[in-house]
Formats: sequence, C-alpha cells, structure tokens
Amino acid sequence: MGINTGVIGKTYPPAEYSVGREKIREYAFAVGETNPLHLDVAAAREAGHADVVAPPMFAVVYSFPALWPVLFDPEVGIDFSRMVHGGQEFTWGPLVIAGDEITTTVRVADITERAGNGFYVFASESVNARGETVCSGRWSNIVRGA
Amino acid sequence: MKPGDEIEPLAVTPDKYLTVRYAGASGDFNPIHIDEEFAQQVGLPGRILHGLYTMAQVARAQTDAGGGPESLKRLSVQFRGMGLPEHELVVTGKVASVDDGVVVVECGCEQGGKRIIRNAEAELRLPDAP
Repeated sequence: MGINTGVIGKTYPPAEYSVGREKIREYAFAVGETNPLHLDVAAAREAGHADVVAPPMFAVVYSFPALWPVLFDPEVGIDFSRMVHGGQEFTWGPLVIAGDEITTTVRVADITERAGNGFYVFASESVNARGETVCSGRWSNIVRGA
Repeated sequence: MKPGDEIEPLAVTPDKYLTVRYAGASGDFNPIHIDEEFAQQVGLPGRILHGLYTMAQVARAQTDAGGGPESLKRLSVQFRGMGLPEHELVVTGKVASVDDGVVVVECGCEQGGKRIIRNAEAELRLPDAP
C-alpha cells in the first residue's frame, strides 16, 4: 500500500457533542483530577462558573466523534494494525463547562512518507455555541510500512 | 516562575483497571488498551496505557503548577515507547521562558527510567499575569 496525498485538505462534516456534568466527572476521576472545579458543582459555581469545568484534556472526549470519519475514510486508507499515535498538540481557548454544545470539524492537514512510514496529521477545531474556538488539535499518527 | 525553575513533579501509578475506566471515560476502546490477550497477539508486552491518558498526566502537572485549568493554553507532546499499568509515571518540567505573562515549560513523562513522552512543551498563562 502507499499513501494518498491527494486527500490533504479534505474536511469532514462537523460533529456535535453535548458536554454533560457526569461525563466531566467520570473523565476527571479516570485521569486522577483532584481540582474541585471538575468535580463539585458548588465549588465551580463559587468560582463563577455555571457548572463543573472540563479539564483541558477533556478535549479528547468532545473531539473524538469528529475524528472517527477520517480515521475510517477509505480514501485516507489508514491500516489500524500498523498505526501508532506519534504526537499530539492542543491549543485551548475559553473553558468548556457542563451544558456547553461543542461542534468539531476535522481536516486532513498533512500526509507524508518518510523511510517507508506514513505520517498523517489531522487538524481539529472545536467551537462552542458562542462561536468561540475552545480547542484546536493536531493529531499526528504514524503508520509503519505504509 | 522564572526560567530554570522546576515545576512540582507529578507521580501517579495507574492501577490494573485504569485503562478500562479511561476507555469508558474517553470513548477510545482500542483493544490494545483493554484486552491482555489481544495486546500480546499484536506483539505488545500486555495492555498499554492510552497515550492521551499519559498526556493528561502531563497536562495535570501543568494545571497544578499554573493554578487551575484556565492556565493551560497549549500543550504539545511526542509519544515514545509504551506506558504500562501498575507502574509509576513521573511527570517533570522546567520553565524555559517567561514572556509577557506566558510561561513556557519543557516537560516530559517517564516510567521505569524510560521517557515515554518527550519533547513536550506547555504554554501557561498565570491567573495573576498582566
């Protein structure tokens, strides 16, 4: 198999995610967060937030639904059995709060081949209902022997 | 914070079932993280940690140092090697620069002497910054 650079620039339909209070708490417990802003509604309200605050890395949760279509796109042609997650970058804007509606769009940012391996970079942009970008992500995957 | 300062290290030992809880919490059910037999069949030592879980530990060390979730504005990491459950992860970081209230921290995560996240860079904006 080879890489298909013709798909660079392709975008996918936006995916919507409704941020739930218990989902934030479930995620916060799983990653070991202890900051009460993520766990305790009263503490979050006392700090001026409408509800519990998502930890920054909760971006993974609201972005994932938008990533699946690109990962499974036959035009992109990723062989999962050879894929490893090479790198990740997130840039954050305003905080995400339980009750937010987040819309994420994904674009194929880059595909290159080096030393027989395929390097795939997907860019995600997540926007809240006020139109503010809450998170931009760059997802770098390496497919060995692509 | 000033250049050269080290942030408070964060040490955590993910328990045996952590990868299952993280899979549920994150939505990433790749069997290499939750199925011991499958992981071994594809040549891994066993179930491995989700890279994004390990990245979340790096993020946590930054938000603890920065004073809360709002302080972390950017984090980039490279995943190298595999993290395993039931072994301690240690996140460390050092302030590289402070400019206009933006603190850049060079950081990483190691397990058993192996750097499984390297070349990580965080950008913090401190709450009391101008």
